[in-house]
Amino acid sequence: MSDIAIKVEGLSKVYFVGHNISSAERYTALRDVIARNVRNLTRKTRDMLQGRPIIQGDEIEEFWALKDVSFEIKQGETVGIIGSNGAGKSTLLKILSRITEPTKGRITLQGRVASLLEVGTGFHPELTGRENIFLNGAILGMARAEIQRKFDEIVSFAEIESFLDTPVKRYSSGMYVRLAFAVAAHLEPEILIVDEVLAVGDAQFQKKCLGKMNEVAKAGRTVLFVSHQMTAIMSLCQNTILLADGRVRTIGTTENVVTEYLRSRQTFYDDLTQAPRRAGEGNVRFVGYRVKRTDLSGPAIGASKSGLIVEVDLRSSIGRIEDLLVSIGVSSNIGEFLFSCPSTISPPTTNIISGNDIFTARLEFKSAPLSPGTYRLNFYCELRGTVQDYLTDVGALDIEYACRDEGEDLLSSLRRKGVLVDYHWTI
Amino acid sequence: MPIKTLIIEPGLAERHYWRDIWHYRELFHVLAWRDITVRYKQTVIGLAWAILQPLLTMVVFTVIFGKLAKLPSEGEAPYALMVFAGMLPWQFFATSLSSASQSLIGNANLISKVYFPRLIVPTAAIVVSFVDFLVSFTILLAMMLWYQFLPSWQILTLPLFVLMAALAVLGPGLWITSLNVKYRDFRYVIPFIVSMGLYVSPVGFSSSVIPEQWRLLYSVNPVVGVIDGFRWAILGDEAEFYWSGFVMSWGVIAFFLWLGIRQFRSMEKSFADLI
Repeated sequence: MSDIAIKVEGLSKVYFVGHNISSAERYTALRDVIARNVRNLTRKTRDMLQGRPIIQGDEIEEFWALKDVSFEIKQGETVGIIGSNGAGKSTLLKILSRITEPTKGRITLQGRVASLLEVGTGFHPELTGRENIFLNGAILGMARAEIQRKFDEIVSFAEIESFLDTPVKRYSSGMYVRLAFAVAAHLEPEILIVDEVLAVGDAQFQKKCLGKMNEVAKAGRTVLFVSHQMTAIMSLCQNTILLADGRVRTIGTTENVVTEYLRSRQTFYDDLTQAPRRAGEGNVRFVGYRVKRTDLSGPAIGASKSGLIVEVDLRSSIGRIEDLLVSIGVSSNIGEFLFSCPSTISPPTTNIISGNDIFTARLEFKSAPLSPGTYRLNFYCELRGTVQDYLTDVGALDIEYACRDEGEDLLSSLRRKGVLVDYHWTI
Repeated sequence: MPIKTLIIEPGLAERHYWRDIWHYRELFHVLAWRDITVRYKQTVIGLAWAILQPLLTMVVFTVIFGKLAKLPSEGEAPYALMVFAGMLPWQFFATSLSSASQSLIGNANLISKVYFPRLIVPTAAIVVSFVDFLVSFTILLAMMLWYQFLPSWQILTLPLFVLMAALAVLGPGLWITSLNVKYRDFRYVIPFIVSMGLYVSPVGFSSSVIPEQWRLLYSVNPVVGVIDGFRWAILGDEAEFYWSGFVMSWGVIAFFLWLGIRQFRSMEKSFADLI
């Protein structure tokens, strides 16, 4: 018997995405429309008769969610998987948990696999806590006898003793999540696949979950753990796999891989010319923006320690302009306004810009006073009291932390996210 | 404990399909138990509903077909009893068909998050309707007492016809539920089939009123064979057994089962991507 628990060889998964080409054409000819519809109808009928899924749209494009992914994980190892959105993390987990089939490649798993892609899968609001423990356990693959054996342990871990016979629809969201995680935490497979489930519950419970995960890992089980929380990844996993565009970018020790990941996301550019919903006269428009992180040294990076630079590109269509007011605002992920930085105060900036060209305005934060999470940016510019361009909730600003510093660790589990003020206590 | 090796490869799940289903039988019980518990928890009159619905329909049919249209019953059996013997399998068929067809969509969160053979879901839905069937069955017993009707040995064959009804519903149910994942408008087909089927199938009347030359063609509807079987089992010698129709019904059932399972299995792999 080899000591490889998970072996993935050349794994690929393709999705077919349909496009409508009619909207891309300059004008529509009836002849083309008829020809296209006939072609679509025959294709769809053929797919339906052969029992294949039918794809909407005129043109079918292949999208490789995973492409030729290979790696090996040893027995008893805890491995993290990171990558930006759309890198293929979820697809990989879905294939490993057999929810969907790969298009190509082969996976060999040694031992029982349990996957936890969501807490409380299959919980039914009408059923009581007790009933849901059995239901959820069975869904996660526990035998009835096994659940019975661990029942008391699960209940005490979840701290819901007095609500066992209450329907879970009357539970507070905290109780619900605790119960759900408690069931999952008592799974005893040889291989455990976990997706982002720690991002729930309050700080205290999160700590408890992390502790439980650590315990699982120490008991010699193989754990595959996907998360956006670099802190959690760094405290749990020895090795980490970085995925990018459906491929394995790097495999290595967590510290190195996390650093590489953060470095790759150091600069971020987004085009704003196509942005929907914008207000203003339009003589000056935002065309793009960049976010850079300054001072990236070593693995222990807290964005609050490193600086942040936001650069915006603007285009003027009226030639020479004077005293342009530019402002960048930051709001939370749910759209709450947090703060803005107008160019007219702190310190007031005057400017004269000539020509119809694109020019760049640069806003620098000595330190980014934000707790970890995703934020949205607002862009605003004004010329002598007239709004020229106003864009709300464009672009995402991801603030990530990666450090083993105890203080930062607590920070990432802050329940109410928001602005971090530079303060000092004397008690 | 020996370590189990699991290999994931495109197309490999196919080979272990039926073995996997057996392996997940416990989940099947749990899902059926969940649906039954929830069904009788959420409603105030719960049980009464399962009794009231067939009972009222039976009364209406007896009045319209038996008293007003004066259609003949099976032999000497009371008309109401004959209607109810047909009502039972029909109700079972109709409720199973609707719940099986909705089952995959209704369990979307499970399907996109956990692996198990998907065939469990629609099959468990049929089991839930079977519980309703058992409840309605007690009315039949009450009616037999009321009419002082003693069933013959043939009633022992009834489980066979219940199985036949379950298989008859499984085929179309699987077919519709898998298409429903991709095309949500397939759910509109169900109320249509159910409301039309009630009159097309011999629920309110005996299938002996169908002219002899059309009888075989009539049995293409698999529910005809099921209802005739039920009447034969419950009413005993009062009902004659129409063999060629019975065989025809089985043929149609087998065809739909084949079609449904084929459709279901070919789409099964993509359920999680589509749902």
